Amino acid sequence: MTETPITTHADEATESKCVVRGLDFYYGDFQALTDIDVDIKKGAITAFIGPSGCGKSTFLRCINRMNDLIPDTRVEGTMLIDGQDIYSPGVDPVDLRRRVGMIFQQPNPFPQSIYDNVAYGPRLQGIRRKSELDGIVEESLRRANLWKEAKDILGKNGLALSGGQQQRLCIARVLAVQPVVLLMDEPCSAIDPTSVQKIEDLMAEIKDDVTIIIVTHNMQQAARVSDWTAFFLQELAGEPAVLVEYDRTSELFTAPRDKRTEDYITGRFG
Amino acid sequence: MNKTTANRIALAVLWSCALITVAVLGALILYVFVNGVRALSPAFVFTWPHGVNSEGGIFPTIVSTLYVTGLAMLIATPIAVLAAVYLAEYAHQGKTVSTIRFAADSLASVPSIVMGLFGFALFVEAMGLNLSMTSAALALSLLMLPIVMRTTEEAIRSVPRYIRWGSYGIGATKWQTVSRAVLPAAGPRIITGIVLATGRAVGETAVVIYTMGQAINLPVTPLDSGRPMTVHLYLLASEGINLPAAYGTALLLMIMILGFNFSARWILKRYRKV
Repeated sequence: MTETPITTHADEATESKCVVRGLDFYYGDFQALTDIDVDIKKGAITAFIGPSGCGKSTFLRCINRMNDLIPDTRVEGTMLIDGQDIYSPGVDPVDLRRRVGMIFQQPNPFPQSIYDNVAYGPRLQGIRRKSELDGIVEESLRRANLWKEAKDILGKNGLALSGGQQQRLCIARVLAVQPVVLLMDEPCSAIDPTSVQKIEDLMAEIKDDVTIIIVTHNMQQAARVSDWTAFFLQELAGEPAVLVEYDRTSELFTAPRDKRTEDYITGRFG
Repeated sequence: MNKTTANRIALAVLWSCALITVAVLGALILYVFVNGVRALSPAFVFTWPHGVNSEGGIFPTIVSTLYVTGLAMLIATPIAVLAAVYLAEYAHQGKTVSTIRFAADSLASVPSIVMGLFGFALFVEAMGLNLSMTSAALALSLLMLPIVMRTTEEAIRSVPRYIRWGSYGIGATKWQTVSRAVLPAAGPRIITGIVLATGRAVGETAVVIYTMGQAINLPVTPLDSGRPMTVHLYLLASEGINLPAAYGTALLLMIMILGFNFSARWILKRYRKV
């Protein structure tokens, strides 16, 4: 064991959902991330924090190969989900993205009915039976904490909802395809506090089934909702970002091991 | 001259130019209305012409116009929409795409009389479709194609990226994303483009005079010939047979085209609001 230990706690035994070793990421000639090692724990919520432009969203998009959609990008290193290397040639990114769902900063419901939004994913998989779709739509909206507000207006356009409701609709849309990992890229930065509360509640409720990774600018939110926290930092402009520290949230926020982490969480920069 | 005066003069000039645009449209509509409204009656709309086809109603010409426009729309829309999907979503942005776009823009600027002549040579003569609804609709669809294609392409491009991400983010393929998320989102604007192009086709004269013929016929099959309203109007006016009926036809034509334009606006507004 000559490598830097990633965790120093008894929970090393906890099963990892996602194992990353020596991951580098490039936008063309620019290297955005270097040598990322991390073990994302199954059934937990992991927060990625760090200043703007520190590569945390870039790293998040590596986990469902969303970066593939950006031309001229490339990944090196290993990224295993449930033991499978998701960058190996046999892996279909379309299938991967069904298992690893994603929520974006900007709520992005389709301009269709609430029902059709949630049924979108199941229909892609060829589910057509009305009764089956009805069941999935209700179940997904319940899990996304939106059922009470939406159950009487399922035929209404998703865009007619408030921003926070739209974000929960997007969560329901992702949950409808039964992902095993849910990536959330600053999901609460554009919505009202009531909905933020509801989203944080639902995250806690579903995390046993769905491993959650959330990128957030809001350190209070990271401290509130997450079990584990990873701190990313790009120390110099033009240099790739690194994963400075990864630990249980309670440890990282109270007893950071790295000086840079301490400076960041005490608000000395960023 | 101080700044305030310059500002006032600029404002006055701009305002007058804007006024001229609106005034021309208003004057035109008013002129046609005043001259044409007396000719308009249910009988004018629903009966056949008689005499040397200058008296009586214009029913068969209305049917011919609607028939050929509908047919042209059915031909042009699928081709134009699919071409636009290819250009906006699939084609590698580069020389090929800019060439296709340039070709579409050039096609849109071909004088309609040339398009009529081309339609006559190709559809009427070479393909042996004779003077018919099909020949005229094919020629008209050439005119509509670039309009629908460019508006559809713009509509697809204006669908926000994050709508696509939402679809990819739950495991949709590219075609699923395009057909189930992007096209429905672009739908209202695409329909607007189709409606506007259709309005353009309703008013087209030069193309149809070469390809549909002038016979007063009620077209039934797509191979029947006919006389569209625009050609009827042209004959009534140029041969000076019956000016009131010409104005009546003109008024009806303008009502139809304004109707198309208003419905395009209505569709956009209705779906924007959600």
